[in-house]
Amino acid sequence: MSNQHHPDTGRSSWITPFNVVAFIIVLIGLYLTYLRFTGGLAAITNLDDNYPWGIWISFDLLCGVALAAGGYTTAAACYVFGIHKYHAAVRPAVLTAFLGYALVVFALHYDVGQPWRLAYPIFVQPGTTSVLYEVGLCVFLYLTVLFLEWLPAPLEALKLKRVRNIMIKLTFVLTVFGIILSTMHQSSLGALYLILPSKMHPLWFSSHLPIYFFISSMFAGLSMVIFESTLSHRWYHKKMDKEHLEGTPHVTFGFAKAAAWIMGGYFFIKFFGVVLNANWAYLPTFYGMIFSLEMLGFVALPALLYAKGVRTRNIKLIRWTAVLAVLGIIFNRFNVSLVAYNYHLPSEDKYFPHIGEIGITIFVVTVGLILFKVIGNNTPIFYEHPDYKGSH
Amino acid sequence: MNRRKFLGAVGAAGLTVAGAGKVLAADKQVTGASIKGVKGLPDSYAVLFDCNRCIGCRQCEDACNYEQNLPEPDVDFWDTGVFERRRRTDWKTYTIVNQYDDKPPGAGQLYRKTQCMHCMEPACASSCFVRAFAKRHDGAVTYDAKMCVGCRYCMMACPFNIPAYEYHIASDPLVTKCTFCEHRLEKDEEPACVEICPTRAMEFGTRQEMLREARRRIVEKPDSYVEHIYGEHEMGGTNWLYLSPVPFEQVGMRMDLGTKAAGEFTSGALGGVPLITALWPVFLVGAYAIAKRKEKYAKEDRDKYVSQLIAQAGPEAGRRLAERLSKTEKLDKAAIEEEVRKALDEAAAKTEREGH
Ligand code: SF4
Ligand code: SF4
Ligand code: SF4
Repeated sequence: MSNQHHPDTGRSSWITPFNVVAFIIVLIGLYLTYLRFTGGLAAITNLDDNYPWGIWISFDLLCGVALAAGGYTTAAACYVFGIHKYHAAVRPAVLTAFLGYALVVFALHYDVGQPWRLAYPIFVQPGTTSVLYEVGLCVFLYLTVLFLEWLPAPLEALKLKRVRNIMIKLTFVLTVFGIILSTMHQSSLGALYLILPSKMHPLWFSSHLPIYFFISSMFAGLSMVIFESTLSHRWYHKKMDKEHLEGTPHVTFGFAKAAAWIMGGYFFIKFFGVVLNANWAYLPTFYGMIFSLEMLGFVALPALLYAKGVRTRNIKLIRWTAVLAVLGIIFNRFNVSLVAYNYHLPSEDKYFPHIGEIGITIFVVTVGLILFKVIGNNTPIFYEHPDYKGSH
Repeated sequence: MNRRKFLGAVGAAGLTVAGAGKVLAADKQVTGASIKGVKGLPDSYAVLFDCNRCIGCRQCEDACNYEQNLPEPDVDFWDTGVFERRRRTDWKTYTIVNQYDDKPPGAGQLYRKTQCMHCMEPACASSCFVRAFAKRHDGAVTYDAKMCVGCRYCMMACPFNIPAYEYHIASDPLVTKCTFCEHRLEKDEEPACVEICPTRAMEFGTRQEMLREARRRIVEKPDSYVEHIYGEHEMGGTNWLYLSPVPFEQVGMRMDLGTKAAGEFTSGALGGVPLITALWPVFLVGAYAIAKRKEKYAKEDRDKYVSQLIAQAGPEAGRRLAERLSKTEKLDKAAIEEEVRKALDEAAAKTEREGH
């Protein structure tokens, strides 16, 4: 199909380093899956009654959703705010977001006890007072929206012109819908922790947690788009068309600038949060140190580096800063969900992930990368389909 | 109020206690997850636990284990070795007794029993996204194993760290906790642990009666009690109440939980949902309209600029420029400027040539 237009010369052999490593990880992942579903959660996790949520929630759910925020931020910039030079970035971002959310849902099947009832809250007996209900419903709806947003690409590859054109007409509506859903569930991931103030360290607990989570999801998404475009250029450079190649610096600089501003604002509202709640006293403690490291090293620093990178037109600096910002988001989500949570428990009762939990997480990410590669190779993601040039 | 009257009250509320299981199942969110002010259920059953009376014999643990058909315990119920560390509830123990003084294990004077508090506005019920937990009119907070998805958010949410989980079970692992012996409440009997207690450390009755009894004890022996009934207001109030001779922190109960019911912590965030759904579309469509207008003006500006150039640089260069611009759909400023510069240069060169 599309490969006829864009012959991929790197396809002669299946035995590439990526494929070999991915194959091994998938094998290990399948074995861990077998252990999980025959021996229960205890077989491959360190979860216990004090720590019902481990890294599968901290990373796979909280980080997964935050880092997939590139989908709504990019689509908003391009279709709502009319910054068309970001157009080339929309499809990769939507694909990443779609895969990201699909994997979040996939990973949840390992974490919950009755995965066959995952749809119960939506279709059987909704518990509307639960924040988790809001999260579940929005993730479900947004996954559907992302699927529809992504659909034009495979439809073009399959040459289903009429359906494709209908889908394209829906773009604006879907984008608006996606932004609303994202606002709600990005923030409600933070709201999940509102119900347990007595178990949360005051430096991270705040009634503004939903707002913090939402704002940080914006720069998480922007940074992820920058980071991911670095990777795609390595993998797909040959496939990319002129629009994509020329659009990339626009995207990188534009997104870095936006991220710098948002991170600056985020730094200040969190700073005022500490002031308002008079949490100064905690700063010289161990928790205070982690909090300061997060705020200075993973928010203020990347914000400044982004700003510098934009001013000096240093694309390399921006790309490394994106890595730092992404790590910062992961650090923050872990701090909220594992460091601040149960801070009062004695250290011997604290949780540290089992190697099996880490294994499943790596497995899930690897599955995502494989799918991204396969889909990127077979549908018009990094170039416009020749039949549809300029029609958007 | 005696028990018969209580039955009457419950009956009047539209529930027959015989067969309550069925009826209650249909009327689950009795108070389960409401978030308005806690009115409480004065006629619901309650238990008053008095730390002054508990001798740490652990017969309640034994009785609970038997009544609830729980698996064999790891160590025998007469083994005082368990007092060496603080225990919590788990999948095979719905209730535990801990020792809170420095005396040798089992020879102390300060013990406290832990089990589900049967909150009036339970965090577990408010947090469950399939409403597997429900607060019943008789006071029990019950769990519906047929609905549970196993997300364990209830365990995160419970401020008393009560629900436990069957992590070792592969198919259909369940959340476990004290049931208030709901099957006995239905028959109007007191829970097994209360019944067996040799010192009557636990008293069973309606919540109103138990609060009255607690106050009576404090007033009669002010030296033996701190002046606080734990559970009267904590987290919106609970159906298990505690009296203690020492500050409650010293028997492992947090005094910083506050009196707000758990649901109130999240109602604000959930209340924001309609606002977002209402305001965002307006804002986004507005932003879209502005962007479109800007685009329109930019296009007009460009066209004007082009026609000006045509006038300035002569029809030949102007036509070429217009042609090139029409090829690029984009309103890229840099591209336009570049074209403009080129055209002007050409025009200047032309006039120069003509001047010579
Ligand atoms: S103590 Fe915990 S488990 Fe028991 S009713 Fe209250 S919130 Fe639910
Ligand atoms: S684990 Fe079960 S009972 Fe607990 S919140 Fe999840 S679905 Fe509800
Ligand atoms: S009320 Fe019943 S289930 Fe609860 S601790 Fe007592 S005996 Fe066990």
